[in-house]
Amino acid sequence: MEQNFLEFDHVSYRYESEEGEPQLPLAVNDVSLSVKKGEFIAVLGHNGSGKSTLAKLSNSVFLPESGKIYVNGMDTSDENYAYDIRKTVGVVFQNPDNQIVASIVEEDVAFGPENLGVPAKEIRERVDYALKACGMYEYRKREPHKLSGGQKQRVAIAGIIAMLPECIVLDEPTAMLDPKGRKEVFETVQHLNQELGMTVLFITHFMEEAAKADRVLVMDGGKLLLDGTPREVFAQDKLLKSVGLDVPRAAELARGLKKKGIPLKEDILNAEEFADAVLELLGEK
Amino acid sequence: MIKDITIGQYFPGTSPIHKLDPRLKLILTFAYILTVFFCKNFVSLAIISAVLLVTVLISKISAKMLLKSLKPIIVIVILTSLLQILYTDDGTVLLEWWKIKITSGGLYMAFFTTVRIILLVAASSMLTYTTSPTLLTDAIERIFSPLKVLKINVHSIAMMMTIALRFIPTLIDEVDKIMAAQKARGAELDTGNILERGKAMVPIFVPLFINSFTRAYDLAFAMECRCYRGGEGRTSLRVMKLRARDYITTGIFALCLVAIILANHFLPAVI
Repeated sequence: MEQNFLEFDHVSYRYESEEGEPQLPLAVNDVSLSVKKGEFIAVLGHNGSGKSTLAKLSNSVFLPESGKIYVNGMDTSDENYAYDIRKTVGVVFQNPDNQIVASIVEEDVAFGPENLGVPAKEIRERVDYALKACGMYEYRKREPHKLSGGQKQRVAIAGIIAMLPECIVLDEPTAMLDPKGRKEVFETVQHLNQELGMTVLFITHFMEEAAKADRVLVMDGGKLLLDGTPREVFAQDKLLKSVGLDVPRAAELARGLKKKGIPLKEDILNAEEFADAVLELLGEK
Repeated sequence: MIKDITIGQYFPGTSPIHKLDPRLKLILTFAYILTVFFCKNFVSLAIISAVLLVTVLISKISAKMLLKSLKPIIVIVILTSLLQILYTDDGTVLLEWWKIKITSGGLYMAFFTTVRIILLVAASSMLTYTTSPTLLTDAIERIFSPLKVLKINVHSIAMMMTIALRFIPTLIDEVDKIMAAQKARGAELDTGNILERGKAMVPIFVPLFINSFTRAYDLAFAMECRCYRGGEGRTSLRVMKLRARDYITTGIFALCLVAIILANHFLPAVI
């Protein structure tokens, strides 16, 4: 059996309330999950579902109130591991503007390795590698504020890749981007997962993106509501709707058509599958 | 409108001046500014002016750009010159009228002060025109790193400068957005007297400050996630090494310095 790379064991977390205010409810409530090496996992949930908190818990920026989180067997609440854990699990946040430190792309990407004390020559290699992996190599001498949102977010991802983590956690990296930027970023992440074997935890509220993952987790009110393949999860359309989430548009359309008596095949997730099913149907007739 | 501020403006280029080691450039600029104040006669002043002129020519920075950097100091130059002329009593009296007495010493003083201020500002502008802000902060960090002994955290200061420079364009964009948003709600930013305009700025700066704190908070998280923990044990992508051109430049500057010292020593001081 493969060893679980990232393991949440009955984890709860609560944000601190202002002094004198009543205690806030648990942001993450008794969540247990395990992630295998090389998996591409999408985390869904609407605002306040606790999905972003998961990201900060995963690399020891937040420590759980109760329960344990293990990264490669290292306990995140053990301070001695904090540095090694952050080296292993890189986190990319929503707003690329607020994660870029330096005024030149390649210098920003070098920030992580510099912090790790990597020798200058190796930093250069890592920076080039990371920028190429994210398709931003030709922009290495540019100023980040002159790039598009999608490009900036890819620079932020490259900044994490340059630290050579085994897992990358992305906290709604596409939320502030236009459709083009969203596609760029998602494809970059897919490339990292498929070509470089990186474990990915992709937090999003776009169903189309989640449909392309290996596994989908659905969070609601701090609890883990669903955990399964996209097909399994999106089959629960009533449950998803009850927590304010949708199913991918293609899936919804297919289901609607089926209700009207059109014999489309089961489990349609995206536009391509939908098109294939329709073609198949037309071919049969 | 705010886009044309020139703080730390940099003109990328490939001239030998651009390629000089930034640490050396910083030190030489500092030495240059000090020297300017030790020039006591026309010959030494001419030499030190020539040094800057040659630097400007080699760097291919347009004269127009340099003049632009001098624009803000016109008032200061005129004011100090006037004061020098009016309050210096040395030398022969050239003109006396009511309580005003203009002397040759006053005119010389005014001339020297003007040239000195211009050289000072032009030299520091040349430094920022030919050195990228990141290189400059890097250089500052390296030059001042011995101050660690005095418990001064040079790395943190340099890091703050880097981040400040990085966020200037971001915040400018943000100001533009907020101004547009406030205008859309009927704020009048361009009319009224100074007091009214100042008041109209409040609804721009309040959201700007609040957003900046959010940004700072996010940035701190992002930096922590990238294993930042201060300057301890940090390495750098850039290796700074003195090359032949740095030694040659230093040599030339030293020769000019000797010439100025000789001129000061053997020729009579004008002021």
